[in-house]
Parts: sequence; structure tokens; C-alpha cells
Amino acid sequence: MSPGPDREAAPDDPRPPKPRPAPVPDPDTAPYWSAAHEGRLVVQRCTACGAHQLYGRDRCLVCRGPVEWVPASGRGTVYSYTVIRQNYSRPFRDLIPYVVALVDLAEGPRLMTNITGCHPEEVSVGMAVRARFEPVSDEAGIALFEPDT
Amino acid sequence: MSVDPHRGTTDRRRRAVIAGVATSDYPVVPDLSEHAVHGQAADRALADAGLTLADVDGYASAGFFPMYAAGVCEYLGLHPTYFDETNAGGASFEVLVEHAAYAVEAGAAEVVLVTYGSVQLSQMGRTLGTGAPSRGGGALAPGPAIHDALWGNTLVGNYALAARRHMHEFGTTPEQLAAVAVTMRQHAASNPQAQKRDPITVDDVVSSRLVADPLHKLDCCVISDGGAACVVTTAERAADLRKHPVHILGAAHATTHQMNLSAMPDLTVTGAAQCGPLAFARAGITPADVDVAQLYDSFTITVVLTVEDLGFCAKGEGGAFVADGGLGLGGRLPTNTDGGGLSACHPGMRGMFLIHEAVRQLRGEAGATQVPGARVAVAHGTGGMLSASATLVLGRDAP
Repeated sequence: MSPGPDREAAPDDPRPPKPRPAPVPDPDTAPYWSAAHEGRLVVQRCTACGAHQLYGRDRCLVCRGPVEWVPASGRGTVYSYTVIRQNYSRPFRDLIPYVVALVDLAEGPRLMTNITGCHPEEVSVGMAVRARFEPVSDEAGIALFEPDT
Repeated sequence: MSVDPHRGTTDRRRRAVIAGVATSDYPVVPDLSEHAVHGQAADRALADAGLTLADVDGYASAGFFPMYAAGVCEYLGLHPTYFDETNAGGASFEVLVEHAAYAVEAGAAEVVLVTYGSVQLSQMGRTLGTGAPSRGGGALAPGPAIHDALWGNTLVGNYALAARRHMHEFGTTPEQLAAVAVTMRQHAASNPQAQKRDPITVDDVVSSRLVADPLHKLDCCVISDGGAACVVTTAERAADLRKHPVHILGAAHATTHQMNLSAMPDLTVTGAAQCGPLAFARAGITPADVDVAQLYDSFTITVVLTVEDLGFCAKGEGGAFVADGGLGLGGRLPTNTDGGGLSACHPGMRGMFLIHEAVRQLRGEAGATQVPGARVAVAHGTGGMLSASATLVLGRDAP
């Protein structure tokens, strides 16, 4: 599918790189981005059935019960990963090669992230990883992951 | 033959058929606008059926702009009383034809024109899929879609994540994935319009540049311009038209997520595992009855997942299935006999090309890649980031 033209994207784009994109917090997710900005990883827990979930939603995915944000361990394992070797977009073109991964948190929820702190070739499915944080705006941070050694 | 509770009661005279199909020029059409591509495909599909625009009272298409179908109608001067623009990415056109079948069977329309058109190659060039379009630092997708949009992942990267997981769970190899691309290229050699026709080997694929591990350049579809169209009407109306009608035996669609691959429950199981069996049951067939398949091949892994999920082999055995020549002419499931998106053309949402080739096969018009005596064909679309799946079962004979 084609999500739409990105006329910035071109191999010979002479313009300087851009900072990585920052999320725009909304009522469902503001506590998540704000916690990451403070260096904490949080997940939602259902106060009715106890299920954990990400991304943030207004209700529980399992039972539609009310949810609350609770601290997460920041530990998880790599469910899958890829090494991006071609991306012409300005925030990422100079980071190539870099790892995009899906990480299963110890609490259960899965999230997409980058694996940093090791050579891309060292990443493997099942690898133990832990969160580290980067602010990307005045109000939002993101959780990156690195090998949990 | 049908076991579908709703369609089972349909008056046989109103059972839905495809009365005409065509493609526009492809794979490169720098002198046509996107809407003109729709028009060219429409004119040809209607001529194939022996109809004109004046006969059309229903219209369907999908594109990336609200009220897209109305826009194409405006361009063509059509004023239909049935229209549909359900967007399921690359699976859109299987869904739209399913809907059109229901519409004509319900009496909501008599002749539904379904068209697709794209000039993405001429407009956007070859960075598509690796430029992180609309998500790499320009305007970010609003709402929940933002969650997977922050990491520099690409369209190719999403499919690479699925491929890596499949390799981890089932031991699927890069060479097995490559076999899909090799077979598609063999078929493309017989399609004079195909974008890529030179033979390739497994070694060519696995030694081509890695775009997003484990997917190489030759694991990825081509990027093209082009369009295609079909005409859905009733068996009664089609009886005295120009071409042998192809019967819509059964259809179904399913979705597992939208833009967030992190929300897909299992990266090795697509929505095809839901809609495939449903469509087959509605058609009253099993996978063993399928003579020829047109399976969305955005990437080699897409085909491996699809042959498993549709039940042509067990989960995890897709790698061996495709590496055995299973997709070739004379194989267990001759697939993408026009060369597919991997070699013939991929203008973005290729689903209508799958239907076009399935109909050609069932009419015995597929030339050098004709599957002898093909009676049942499957066209299966996969859209987004493995997000949406849609299966259409077509038959040469009335059910």
C-alpha cells in the first residue's frame, strides 16, 4: 500500500537531517509519553481483570474494564527484529544500519522499538533487553532498548 | 453448491459473475494521470464485457483520499446509485468485488464497475517503501498509528519482521523465500508487459542487496504505474454478453491490525487464516479444489504466509512448499501466472490485477502460462502491513 507521498524522501536530498519524530500526546497516551520523558516505562493494567496492555487505550482489550497506568520492569525479550539498511527519510537516513524490533515486555505487552547499545548483527530473537529512555520533545520521551547483560 | 446461509437463497439468475476484465497500460505510464488510468482500464473492461459506461449503475474503487470513488465517478461522468470505496490496502479490490457481488445479488445494482489506477512510479519514484512515507519525520500519523511510527521502520521492515519471526519459529530459509521470486520471474517471462522478465536464480535473490534483513531487494515487489478493472453483474445479465462469465463462488475478508505491527497477535499468522476457510466454505470447496491461485506478493514472505494460512500446506511448511516448485506451472498450486507483483507490476494496491489474471485463467485466455482446464481460481489480497486479508473464490462454471 502507499500511505502517501513523502516528497522529502530522495536518495540525493541535500537538506540536513531532522531530529527523530516525537509523538503528539493524546488523552489515551499522554501518561505513557510523559513517564518515558521522566525515564520510566509504564503499562496499563485492568482494574477489573488484571490484564496488562499497550498501547494506551481508554478501556481493557480483554474485558472493557477500566484501566490504570502502572510501573513496568523495563525488561523484555526480542520477539522479532530487522536491520534497516535503506531509509531515505531525513531523521533516519544517517542512522543506517539500525535495528527495529518488536519486544515482548516481562508484563506481557508487545511494543515496537529500536535496539541500541550493540552491533546490529548481535541482535537475535529471544534476546533479553532492557529499556533506556530518550526525550524527544518537551513533554514526550521514548523507550529504546539495549542488551540486558 | 453454496453453503453460505445468505447467498444460498439467492435467485440463480441473480448470482454474481465477473463479465469483463482488463488492465490499463503498465508498468510505466508517464503520460496518463491517475484518473486517466482508471478510465483506460474501465473502457477496456467494459469493452471486454460488451458493455458501455451507460450500462453501469454501480461503481467501486479504493484510493488514499476521502470520497475517492466519487472522485473517479466525477472524472468519468458516472452518476451511480451504488458506490463503495472500502479501503483494505492491497486487499481492497477483493473486498470491493465481494461487496459488488452482494449488491447485485440483493438487487441493489445491476452492473458494478470496479476500477483501480495508480501512477505512483511516475509520481513518487522508487523510494516508496523505504522512505518511511508520511511517518519519517514529516507529518506523523494521527492517533494510535503513531506507536509504530517512531522507530524509522519502513514498509519493507514490517514484512521483514514477519519473515524473521517465521524463520525463527519454523526454520524457513532465505533461499526458500527466494524461490517465490524466482518462480514469479519465470512466469513474467511469458508476460510481454511485465516490468522484469530476465530470469533470476535463488542465488541472485539472496545475493541482492539487503533492504531490511532478512529481505533483499529481489524479495520485494517492483514499483509500477498501472491499473485494472472488472465488471460485476448477474448471471442473467451476463448470459448474452460478449465473454464467458466467471462466477463468484465465495468470498470473505478479515483484519488483524492497521498500521501497528506490534498489535498483530502472531506475526506468522495473517487474517487469511480467518477469511480463507470462510471463503472456501461459502464457495463449497476445499483448498484441494483450487486449480490456480493469484496471491498478493508484495514480498516473498507474503506468499509463504498466505499458502499456509489458506490451508494449501500446514503452518510452518510454506518454505518447503514454495521451494519445491509448488507455485510453478505444473506445481501443486500454480500461482501468479502473470508474474505477480514481484515481477509483472505493483502499482501500490495490486488486488485488481489478481482478479484480472484469475478471470483470464478461468476463461482459458492465459496463453503460455495457462493452467490446463482451470475450473476454480483463488484471488487473495493482502493489504497494509499484513493488516487486512481478502479471499475471492472464482469458478469457470456456475455453482
